[in-house]
Amino acid sequence: MLTISNLHAGIEDKKILKGLNLEIKAGEVHAIMGPNGAGKSTLASVLAGRQDYEVTEGSVEFLGKELLDLAPEERAGEGLFLGFQYPVEIPGLSTTNFVKTAVNEIRKYRGQDPLDAVAFLKMMKEKMALMNIDQTLLSRSLNEGFSGGEKKRNEIFQMAMLDPKLAILDETDSGLDIDAIRIVSNGVNKLRSKDNAVLLITHYQRLLDYIVPDFVHVLYNGRIVKSGTKELALELEEKGYDFIKNEINEDEEVSIAEKH
Amino acid sequence: MNMTELFKDQFAQLQAEDKDSKLSAVREQAFSAFNEFGIPTVRHEEWKYTRIGTLFTKDYKSQVSGKTDFSAKDVDAYRLPGHKEANELVFVNGQFVDKLSTIRSKDLTVLHLAEAAKNEYSEIVSKHFGHSSDYLKDGINALNTAFVKDGIFIHVKRSKIIEEPVYIYNITDAAAENILAQPRSLIYLSENAQLQIIETFATRGTEDSFTNQIMEVIVEKDARFEYCKIQNDSANASQVSTTHIRQTGTSYVNAIIVSLNGEIVRNNTNVVMEAPHCEAHLYGLYFQKGNSHIDNHTIVDNVMPHCFSNELYKGMMDENSTGVFNGKIFVRQPAQKTNAFQSNKNILLSNNASVNTKPQLEIFADDVKCSHGCTIGQLDEEGLFYLQSRGIPEKIAKSMLLVGFASDILDKINLPHIRTYVDHLVAERLGN
Repeated sequence: MLTISNLHAGIEDKKILKGLNLEIKAGEVHAIMGPNGAGKSTLASVLAGRQDYEVTEGSVEFLGKELLDLAPEERAGEGLFLGFQYPVEIPGLSTTNFVKTAVNEIRKYRGQDPLDAVAFLKMMKEKMALMNIDQTLLSRSLNEGFSGGEKKRNEIFQMAMLDPKLAILDETDSGLDIDAIRIVSNGVNKLRSKDNAVLLITHYQRLLDYIVPDFVHVLYNGRIVKSGTKELALELEEKGYDFIKNEINEDEEVSIAEKH
Repeated sequence: MNMTELFKDQFAQLQAEDKDSKLSAVREQAFSAFNEFGIPTVRHEEWKYTRIGTLFTKDYKSQVSGKTDFSAKDVDAYRLPGHKEANELVFVNGQFVDKLSTIRSKDLTVLHLAEAAKNEYSEIVSKHFGHSSDYLKDGINALNTAFVKDGIFIHVKRSKIIEEPVYIYNITDAAAENILAQPRSLIYLSENAQLQIIETFATRGTEDSFTNQIMEVIVEKDARFEYCKIQNDSANASQVSTTHIRQTGTSYVNAIIVSLNGEIVRNNTNVVMEAPHCEAHLYGLYFQKGNSHIDNHTIVDNVMPHCFSNELYKGMMDENSTGVFNGKIFVRQPAQKTNAFQSNKNILLSNNASVNTKPQLEIFADDVKCSHGCTIGQLDEEGLFYLQSRGIPEKIAKSMLLVGFASDILDKINLPHIRTYVDHLVAERLGN
């Protein structure tokens, strides 16, 4: 579904991603972990098409198309979804109005007719129940004055409404209490299927107790330096990121020594 | 002939034609004030960012003749939605036209100003007419009064609620010539009365027009006055529009000004709170493009204690448009426990657009709560990306953000017909 090859990207003159490779197949859940500054959020931003970032090398193939050539809205149309680490507050725009526009613009992109009011309401009610969101929240301005938990639930609600092929969830767990993590995870788990995939970006192993990944990757210094299964996450939690750093540094010393 | 000489001739003519009018003496005084003040230049503190002199280099048709061939059918193009359930007052080239106007509310009194000056209302007229000149000391204000031949007087009796709104259409017929129009009105809400006015400005034809309007409003104890002005005139129509409201008793005022087009548009919106516990809300939304210039000057004068005022003006400036906001709040020495808030927020949508914003607080009382703030920024890039990442194309996403920005002003328009109408105008301006 998604093939990232030798991706190099940065912001202004700062290089952040330095040759990242990753392959995600339909039906899989991948988790990317890593210390602060490793490039986790940059990866999410580059995939979703944030303009501030510049891709200098590499390619990203998504369902047979070159993702990097597409505008952010086209990526969404193709089935990509980014759950924001910090969902943006939009004054004066209700969540309902926003989601309705998004759903219908994506349908338009795919050559489908817009949903009529009845069908839209039905779908919305269903997903509201899934995410434990009530109507008053959706009538309010998008994310404005929402608590951290409400914002993140709203992200997953949007994901449920847009039914993406690949959902990238950027630190969806950060700052959430355990109840909110359960609701958010439950939502994600219910949306998992053999046809879609999830990329979880997280700093902590805790989220992975609730959304169990098929693969865990460690991102460090702009590259994936270690991949494994969920046990790798537990090891990281136990030993901290330093053990990865030491391992990498040792490897590099060995390779330098070998060259000589 | 230059404008000054033309005005002199026209003034002499008007005074000769209409010498018995009660307004004759008032005009005389105003004309000498006009000659003293002159047309304001940028050296005048209140006109620093609005250059109005160029408007007076144009050749305008005599503005004292009240004749028009406008028919009711011609007015149709300018009617607001819901007009069948509204009172409609029509001004053409600054003169109130009876036969084009319709009064539907039985408790609403609408008279020619000259008539009101002579009858049972003469006391009100002599007491309140021209009060705005105490606050606006410039030639523009004086010019309107100097040429006041007729205008309207609206009166609402004690405890009467005018349920049907009053729609005022200021139409300028600039099909053949440049027009200077100077509408004038005096509105009086007696104790416990209620009135709602919606006002628009339109120009017919392609010649230039300049409307210099003054509306003076008196709001007595327990009365409620709601006002909405919609400015969406053509790009070569200019105006100075003064709304001067006196709250002579503890009362409620709500004024919304929506400015979407025009060449040079200057609004003077004044609220004088002369009784304790008055409440006033002043809102403004301006959304300009092309070479339009929009200037909102507001004055809130707290004369008595315990008054509350809230002012929120929002601007979206595109292309080469320029904007001015100047919000003055006076808190006089007796006006303890005043609550006065003011905020002006602007979004610049192009590199060539600009806004000058200036809050001005003059506080002489020592136990008051006043705040002011202004912002000038660009469209929120982060918000734009958020919307796009959900599949919403950039152009639509921008519109949604701007409508969202404007919504807390638009939400204050409580007549559904008018709200829908303004929403439509805003959408049109956004190019949707």
